[in-house]
Amino acid sequence: MSDSIKIPDVPRAEMEADIVCVGFGPAAGGFLTTLTRGLMNEDGTPVAESKAMPGMPPQVICYERADDIGFGVSGVVTKGRSIKASFPDLDLSQIPMAHEVTNEKILYLKDPVGASRRPVMFKLADKVLGRWMEDDAFELPFIPPFLEKHPGMIFSIGQLNQWVGSNLMCTGLAQIWPSSPVASPLMDGKAVKGVRMADQGVEKDGSPGSGFMPGMDMKAALTVVADGPVGPVGQHLDRELGLPEGNHQREWAVGMKCVVDLPEGCDWEAGTVLHTIGYPEPEIFGFLYVYPGNVASLGILVPSWFDSPVRTAYRYMQHWMQHPYLWKRLQGGTMRSWGAKSLQECGKRGEPILCGDGFARIGEGSGSTNVLTGSGVDEAWATGVQLGESVLELLKNGSEFTKENLDATYVAKRRASWVEEEAKVAEKSRDGFTRGILRGFIGMGLTGLTKGLVNMPGTPVKPQDRIPTIENYYKDYIAQGEIQEIRTECAKKGSSLHDALMDRVGWPEIPLDGTLLVSHQDALLMGGKVQANPGYGDHVRFADPKICASCRERVCIEACSGQAIYTNPEGGAPLFDREKCVHCGACLWNCSKSNPKDKERTNVNFRAGSGGLHSVEN
Amino acid sequence: MSTDFHIVVCGSIVPDPLQTLKPVDGPAGPALQNEMMLPAVLDPWAGHALYEAANLAKNYPGSRVWLVSLGPKAKLQQVMMSVSQKAPFELVVADGSASGFTDSFETAKILADTIDGIADLDKSKLLLFGGWQSASRGSGAVMQMVGEMLGVTEQFQGVDRITIGSDGSIEVMERIEGGSYQKSIVDAAPAVLGWATGELPEPPNNPQIGMQNMQKNMPALQRAQPADLSGSSLSFESVEVPQQRRETRVVKDVPVEEMAKEIVEWLKA
Repeated sequence: MSDSIKIPDVPRAEMEADIVCVGFGPAAGGFLTTLTRGLMNEDGTPVAESKAMPGMPPQVICYERADDIGFGVSGVVTKGRSIKASFPDLDLSQIPMAHEVTNEKILYLKDPVGASRRPVMFKLADKVLGRWMEDDAFELPFIPPFLEKHPGMIFSIGQLNQWVGSNLMCTGLAQIWPSSPVASPLMDGKAVKGVRMADQGVEKDGSPGSGFMPGMDMKAALTVVADGPVGPVGQHLDRELGLPEGNHQREWAVGMKCVVDLPEGCDWEAGTVLHTIGYPEPEIFGFLYVYPGNVASLGILVPSWFDSPVRTAYRYMQHWMQHPYLWKRLQGGTMRSWGAKSLQECGKRGEPILCGDGFARIGEGSGSTNVLTGSGVDEAWATGVQLGESVLELLKNGSEFTKENLDATYVAKRRASWVEEEAKVAEKSRDGFTRGILRGFIGMGLTGLTKGLVNMPGTPVKPQDRIPTIENYYKDYIAQGEIQEIRTECAKKGSSLHDALMDRVGWPEIPLDGTLLVSHQDALLMGGKVQANPGYGDHVRFADPKICASCRERVCIEACSGQAIYTNPEGGAPLFDREKCVHCGACLWNCSKSNPKDKERTNVNFRAGSGGLHSVEN
Repeated sequence: MSTDFHIVVCGSIVPDPLQTLKPVDGPAGPALQNEMMLPAVLDPWAGHALYEAANLAKNYPGSRVWLVSLGPKAKLQQVMMSVSQKAPFELVVADGSASGFTDSFETAKILADTIDGIADLDKSKLLLFGGWQSASRGSGAVMQMVGEMLGVTEQFQGVDRITIGSDGSIEVMERIEGGSYQKSIVDAAPAVLGWATGELPEPPNNPQIGMQNMQKNMPALQRAQPADLSGSSLSFESVEVPQQRRETRVVKDVPVEEMAKEIVEWLKA
């Protein structure tokens, strides 16, 4: 689908609030919790009068794209410092699927099938550590302090969002509207004046169809941008305002995960946290958190610096689950939820302009994730709290939400906080990965142990410039002519190229069992429960379809978490099926071609969209 | 005869149909595990009734629409943030269980009492709408009982269309056995109409309508009175979700006819 259709200027409905927040995740949760607690004086009068509705308290609106405030997010392990600060009496038993961390391990996984591409050092490690391995896994004798999450907690962000959102709504001081995709900010020069909702009643290409309802303009004195790393408002601001000098958003990962009912007799106790390295490929990390009730959240992270043009997270996750150490405890389990999400892995380097006249950015999309400690939720919540406190300060003083005032309050608080201090330590921690997996691990260790004084050098490269051709990637494994035969055969059958190539280089076929090892399509239906509301346009578009037509890597197809992007049998740009999209945003960076109008971006545009996962447990 | 109707839609929440439901024994009888944390939606049957009501009210000026819901108000509030974007209505809440493990008679009694308490309601103009059954553990009998309790004897179930005549009469097209329709004409309101799917598509989300609705409806939620459902003598021997069987098998080079035959055999088994 081309991105060249222009919607004519049409009259749009307009409304006004005082504060409009885009996206409801941990950052917005922290913001709204802090804000609503301070909006009323003890005598029941508001701390400031609404300008949009005089005589009322400030009108606070939050728009969430997904169909429910708990849909489409992820399981997490976190120290939870800022969350605990907001809820000092937090009782985790009140939040389903939450538990304190009781047991944390880092495991090095040996390749049990012989198909993994292991550098010499990994092969050596497989041999040397073999004698101390249990089920082909070696438990690291200690966890570096910078990676440790104990004492901390594990929970499903979906369940946390439900709990936080329900508490917020009960205050009557903030409205959280699900099923409400925001298309873009309303900009006036460099200032933001509110947001525009996505158009409805449109064709696939976004052009007006029957029942066309132009998206409403919601004007507000302050727009809080909390729509995550692939959110359309944040992306729009980055395009219009640019990033601060020296910053970039070139490093990403997709986290694919599922929630599993563990089999009876599984010896993992609630609160167990496993981090794995080494398998299915050295570049792919695994995680597993055990919730109360014999349930686990588990999955893998596939980073943008895994230089494979066929980096399919789903199949790699299935191989990872079958690793002997894990499979011994997972076999007989049942998948009850499944999903995926893109993670912005640049951390502080990816920080955008944090505020301007009429807007402020919080959470993952504001570069708050700590890429050394692998922690994002706690930091996102903290930035929300910082903005909440700042907004209350400005409201009480009767000050405007100008760049100057937001800099002096929100940005100043953030710079003085532990989030910033730790982000600075982490800033260069992953540079080594740009030059290889071993350098990456050594670099993280150096940064972590020296608190950022010594770092492994490396220059981050745009994802589209890293991806080799399929022929190059497999040059020592499959002859070019055979690759062409496999391509032709897959095109004829309409089957996936990555499966055929992985089969060919020795990855065993997945023994589907219909309960835990299920086909990708079954995972969409029984795990992700993916839905798409009618009347919206395609949110995945190709900037220049001609470039796609000649693309041979087609990483967007191979890496699509929901198999929503697929080959057009008639040639040309790939096709997109909105009803399968889980809105993970991986297509945004899983593309081997640059956008002809902006070489920093890829040829895939990820816009505002409706629907997606209906799973609330991930 | 007047054509400005007072339309009362009875409808509450059910768990999002895509979620995994697990019955558990609670202190007050059966319940669903983590029910308050399960994402919920407006019962789809009641949703059809609401959209039909809004459309009718739009076409007949002077009409009003109330949505009367028996459900836990915290959860209702969350669901209303989606529902209220679809159509204008005034919300009236009875704060109680929507678990479906409640006695239909008690549920009907609460709804009837709540409707009786609507200050501006003119029962001579009353069209009592609802789903003809609930998508979640409903008995399919509540609407009839609410109608009886309110003294409304003209009742229709499985309604897909109504047409208002110039004299205020209402032609009702309701589903009957064998995939056929029956047309009836009722002279005027009041009447009970238990809707099937109706004929209207789900309206788009209109944030403006949502904001207008919630300005009225948030106070209604806060005013909601606890609903007393304790009068029931109903008890449950056991509860369970319907069994599902799922088998996935990869087959290659099998003709479509063979696959169809195998699926039929599987279904028969």
